[in-house]
Amino acid sequence: MERYYQKEIECAPLEELRSIQTEKLKKQVQHVWDNVPYYRKKMEEKGVKPEDIQSVDDLGKLPFLSKKDLRDAYPYGLLGKPLKDCVRIQSTSGTTGKRVVAFYTQHDIDLWEDCCARAITAAGGTDEDVCQVSYGYGLFTGGPGLNGGSHKVGCLTIPTSSGNTDRQIMFINDLSATILCCTPSYAAYLAERFKELGYGPNDISLKAGIFGAEAWSEEMRADIEKTLGIKAYDIYGLTELSGPGVAFECSAQGGMHINEDHFIAEIIDPDTEEVLPEGSQGELVFTAIDKEAFPMIRYRTRDICKLSREKCSCGRTLIKMAKPMGRSDDMLIIRGVNVFPSQIETVLLNNGYAANYQIVVDRVNNTDTLDVQVEMTPEMFTDNVGEVEEHQKKLSEGLKSMLGIKAKVSLLAPKSIARSEGKAVRVIDKRKI
Amino acid sequence: MSIKQISVFLENKPGTLKKLTSVMAKNNIDMRATSLAETKDFGIARIIVDDALDAVNTLKENDFVASLTSVLAIEIPDEAGGLDKLLDVFADAQVNIEYMYAFPGRGVNNHAYMIFRVADTKAAEAKLVGKGLKILTQEDIANI
Repeated sequence: MERYYQKEIECAPLEELRSIQTEKLKKQVQHVWDNVPYYRKKMEEKGVKPEDIQSVDDLGKLPFLSKKDLRDAYPYGLLGKPLKDCVRIQSTSGTTGKRVVAFYTQHDIDLWEDCCARAITAAGGTDEDVCQVSYGYGLFTGGPGLNGGSHKVGCLTIPTSSGNTDRQIMFINDLSATILCCTPSYAAYLAERFKELGYGPNDISLKAGIFGAEAWSEEMRADIEKTLGIKAYDIYGLTELSGPGVAFECSAQGGMHINEDHFIAEIIDPDTEEVLPEGSQGELVFTAIDKEAFPMIRYRTRDICKLSREKCSCGRTLIKMAKPMGRSDDMLIIRGVNVFPSQIETVLLNNGYAANYQIVVDRVNNTDTLDVQVEMTPEMFTDNVGEVEEHQKKLSEGLKSMLGIKAKVSLLAPKSIARSEGKAVRVIDKRKI
Repeated sequence: MSIKQISVFLENKPGTLKKLTSVMAKNNIDMRATSLAETKDFGIARIIVDDALDAVNTLKENDFVASLTSVLAIEIPDEAGGLDKLLDVFADAQVNIEYMYAFPGRGVNNHAYMIFRVADTKAAEAKLVGKGLKILTQEDIANI
């Protein structure tokens, strides 16, 4: 039986959702006009006034915000509330440029935690569950977000944070944890460790996992599910919009429902900024219509994906987003071809290798080189050089047909790629351009 | 009558083989015979020891990918034509050799020993039996 945390919203008729969105959007635009001079200036430059926004259909009249705006307005330029009304900040790692600092009022924290509670409930969580949160706690939104959601659902929450893998396993075993929240790469690492210690899927108390904060493939999902004996659910979010829980997966495990009462999604052509019809692939743009302290309007996520309002078997009416192929920040342009690490991961797993890999891009004699380094596994090893080479060749051909460009495959010793306790480092780009 | 060979994956980078020999040394494992197959991208070390199961577990604990392979160890006289005569038997019996290397032994009785990897060890054994060959067992290995 499908469970809902806030059924009246999650399964609301479309017209009702639209009217909630219209109401909140109008209010939000007025709030931003009155309280965020940085955005008001952008509106004035575009010749838009709050009264021009009468319904969700008018969203397209508003100017975009981008990562560059966050940089230019750092730290307080996009703040919508006096600091005395704010209760928390969260921040990104800053690996792709200057770090983002996002502000929250108590209202903002509440709605964020509600979103995470919806995700945990959709994964089957109830107050009977023991939920281990192995996302990092601190400035990173993963830990605090799922921790809050887990409290709201009433799960017994184990705030292990990330790292110390054997202690994670001890808590899962000793307290019979049923739900695990962490990055997919860390889930894969935990699964590997469980296997090493001799645990089969039936020996592990976990039944569900909520994994997000980085791109991961369907093949990796299948691997984690098989090894841990769980259902693995995707969760999506950005610090700029609150954190994990902007969208979450349901029992259908085919795309993530966007919490549309808080966030309006659009897909645009990243080059022309033109809004694309439903079902088109493009850049995801979000408007936070309920957040007070950090009210992002038409924020360009740089995530490439599709939206679909097809009827979902879980009963939710919230629009679904497909798993993003990756952030356009993660996208590599190699010899002029767009390459996402998630595509490479798919090929590796399809060919029987594990998701322990690294992608090294370099430029030699003015030509880009792509080296896919993957660890040898007992399953892929034989004493026969020809067979191992044959596997390697098949992998190389698989990469060529997926990516359209040639890749070198390097087989590495086991455990030679550092395991990640948070977001995995998949790409080493040595090109000096 | 076959014996177990340990096959170990080696990444193509300086120091990999040394890491393998260090693990063997630290765990007091005597490598009785070794052979290295290499491509431009990786290598496979093939090793004969007295206790193959114990050694393969030690290697796995030390983060090597290692597996056990059945191979034939056959005694030949250490003299000109010794191997040639043996291979006559293989050819007559229609046994295809995938790879082969020498096993030095400890210099007993002027004998040499050869290790053979064939596609189907059991079938090859059946074809070679009764041809006057001395096929070694795992116990024999420890004693030569």
